[in-house]
Amino acid sequence: MQLDAPFTTDAETLDAHAPGVTKSNRLAVIDGDIHPAWRKPEDLKPYLSKYWWDHLQTYGSRRKNGSVYGEPYPKSAPLACRRDAWPEEGGRPGSSLALMQKQYLDACGVEVGILGPLGATGQGDFNLDFSAAMCRAVNEWQLDTFARPEKRLKASIVVPYEDGAASAAEIERCGADPHFAQVFVLTRSSEPIGSRRYWPIFAAAERYGLPVGFHVFGTSGHPVSGAGWPSYYVEEGAGHSTSCQTAVTSLVIEGVFERFPKLKVVMVEGGFAWLAPLAWRLDKLHERMHGEVPHLKRRPSEYIREHVYVTTQPMEESDVRGQVLDLMEWIGWDRLLFASDYPHWDFDDPFRAFPVGLKAERHRQICAENGRSVYRL
Amino acid sequence: MSGDWVGAIDCDMHPRVPNIAALRAHMSEYWSDTVELRGIEGFDTIAYPANAPLTVRPDWREGKPRPDEHAAGYAKAMLDPHKFGLAICNCLYAVQIIRDEYMAAAFATAVNAWVKTEWLDKDARLRASIVVPAQNPELAVEEIERWAPDSRFVQILFLVGGEQPLGQSRFWPIYRAAEKHGLTIGIHAGSNYLHAVTGSGWPSYYLEDYAAQSLAFHTQLGSLISEGVFVKFPKLKAVLIESGVTWIAPYLWRLTKFWRGVRNEVPWIDRSPLEFVRDHIRLTIQPFDAPAAGVEISRLMDLMQSDEMLLFASDFPHWQFDGDAMLPAGIDASLRKKILIDNPLAAYPRLGGRHAT
Repeated sequence: MQLDAPFTTDAETLDAHAPGVTKSNRLAVIDGDIHPAWRKPEDLKPYLSKYWWDHLQTYGSRRKNGSVYGEPYPKSAPLACRRDAWPEEGGRPGSSLALMQKQYLDACGVEVGILGPLGATGQGDFNLDFSAAMCRAVNEWQLDTFARPEKRLKASIVVPYEDGAASAAEIERCGADPHFAQVFVLTRSSEPIGSRRYWPIFAAAERYGLPVGFHVFGTSGHPVSGAGWPSYYVEEGAGHSTSCQTAVTSLVIEGVFERFPKLKVVMVEGGFAWLAPLAWRLDKLHERMHGEVPHLKRRPSEYIREHVYVTTQPMEESDVRGQVLDLMEWIGWDRLLFASDYPHWDFDDPFRAFPVGLKAERHRQICAENGRSVYRL
Repeated sequence: MSGDWVGAIDCDMHPRVPNIAALRAHMSEYWSDTVELRGIEGFDTIAYPANAPLTVRPDWREGKPRPDEHAAGYAKAMLDPHKFGLAICNCLYAVQIIRDEYMAAAFATAVNAWVKTEWLDKDARLRASIVVPAQNPELAVEEIERWAPDSRFVQILFLVGGEQPLGQSRFWPIYRAAEKHGLTIGIHAGSNYLHAVTGSGWPSYYLEDYAAQSLAFHTQLGSLISEGVFVKFPKLKAVLIESGVTWIAPYLWRLTKFWRGVRNEVPWIDRSPLEFVRDHIRLTIQPFDAPAAGVEISRLMDLMQSDEMLLFASDFPHWQFDGDAMLPAGIDASLRKKILIDNPLAAYPRLGGRHAT
């Protein structure tokens, strides 16, 4: 990968391959969203009991969108991946550690990358026992395939989130292992994620000091909003920020942060600009109708400011210079975490994706310092 | 301060149907009998619980009938003291939640007749939206054709929460009728509750339900643009009413960026979503989701990248502001005039440029 001298930030921030860059002055990168994949479904077989492997062969994954392969909105590229990320030796993008290292970790000087397994991981499956077995298998597979061989990669504890108790058990099983950096949930839960049935997840995450990462997607059985099911992938993609707002609203208003005061959550791959208007909206409504939610002791924006982090990918883009920086300012510079989404098509490069005019100090903060304080590194 | 509002066009106020008897007076014998025979109490919705603080401002609850239940009440509370030029009645009586589409059509007709008789005929400054049974676009078009000859009807009213996103071709006959008659499309907060109000199901609290209305506006905006409604109906204008406003720029950035990436999927979209929004989408200004302090309103306004997008609205009797703080502080005089008068006139061809001054 050819990286030019950086043009998005002031000159102090240097990319990994620019002349004069040494280990001590280059930009450190902590990436909140890298997607590993298996080469073939059999990769999971060693981690599943015979019963569940046979079940998977017989009935397959059954999720609340009716589609065997995953999404009823076909992507715009195969598996929504960069066309240069398919390994020469075969297998899916994200399945070759060697290519991931060469193409991304080394090229961009990544210090730590957080893995977020997607696809047929068992999350959101109708069959809760199958969901739990699959998540457990995926977690073990992440360790053996990526996190143990490559110390720059940290695994996520993928949990069968529709079953709060089983999720808590999985967090108990994995939580003490330093190879895991976060608990992994999808934004499209079947009920708003602050609902009581999910509280065991937050209790366990808080106990282990693990942030809960909410990655976009998931199959709730509900359309993205009360307006119904849209037709196109472009609407599905733009709608992820809507799902993130649903999750944040629920966590705040249902009182999750009041009940779990040390909990941190990270919203992943929904962009970030939506967070400021949402906080303003919730504050206004709380001012009017706090009587309905007496369990909240503070304004919604205060809970958001203290507990909610957002990753930057896909980076917000405005035609007007400075507007994205305004939004970053209103959200809080210490709440933003860089994420690349490697190897997906809308990948953000840590040196190129940020808006013009971003100060080097802020760039460093978003790319590494904030991540160090959020993730248990 | 009242002089500041002279000639303003209030693009969102809500007449309240006081009781079902008021509608029965405008129904055919069959439907009036049906109401009695089946003991139908009415179709008020949980979108605006009668006694919730947001639903009616405390000083607008006083009096019998209440100010939002008769034209003289609204005139006394708003039109007269502030010297508004015009106001658009958006009746939220929820015909949309009726599952029987013929009953929905009958109630829509009754609502429109009640608005005409009790509001439009009572005060020359009033205009109205046509309430339609969106359950069945064919019946909706019939309802539009019934009222379109009366030029005081200036808009077709949808709720933001419905069975299918409004860009979909099922609704195009409605847009064809709208374009033909110069009627604007109004999409208002509220739901028929056929879908959960969030993408993750039903939340526990009313506060969350109302907060989620802005999310449905995201979906509707994406749908109207992606489905090519404005390509097919280039004269159509749509107004997002009571949406919260400040959500739109971040959503548009996202939609525009995705469109750049995957536009081969929707080849009929030949311009950036932002351009469609500038040409076809308007928003009413109450509520305006902004922080109490710490952010300059002018920087928020700049996010719109246009001074033609916002339409003045009081959202009467909903409690969005106290006193007469009907606009966010810090809007300069020229933008203020556009919001109060020029933009509404441009958004609603049927206002015909006529307004009291």
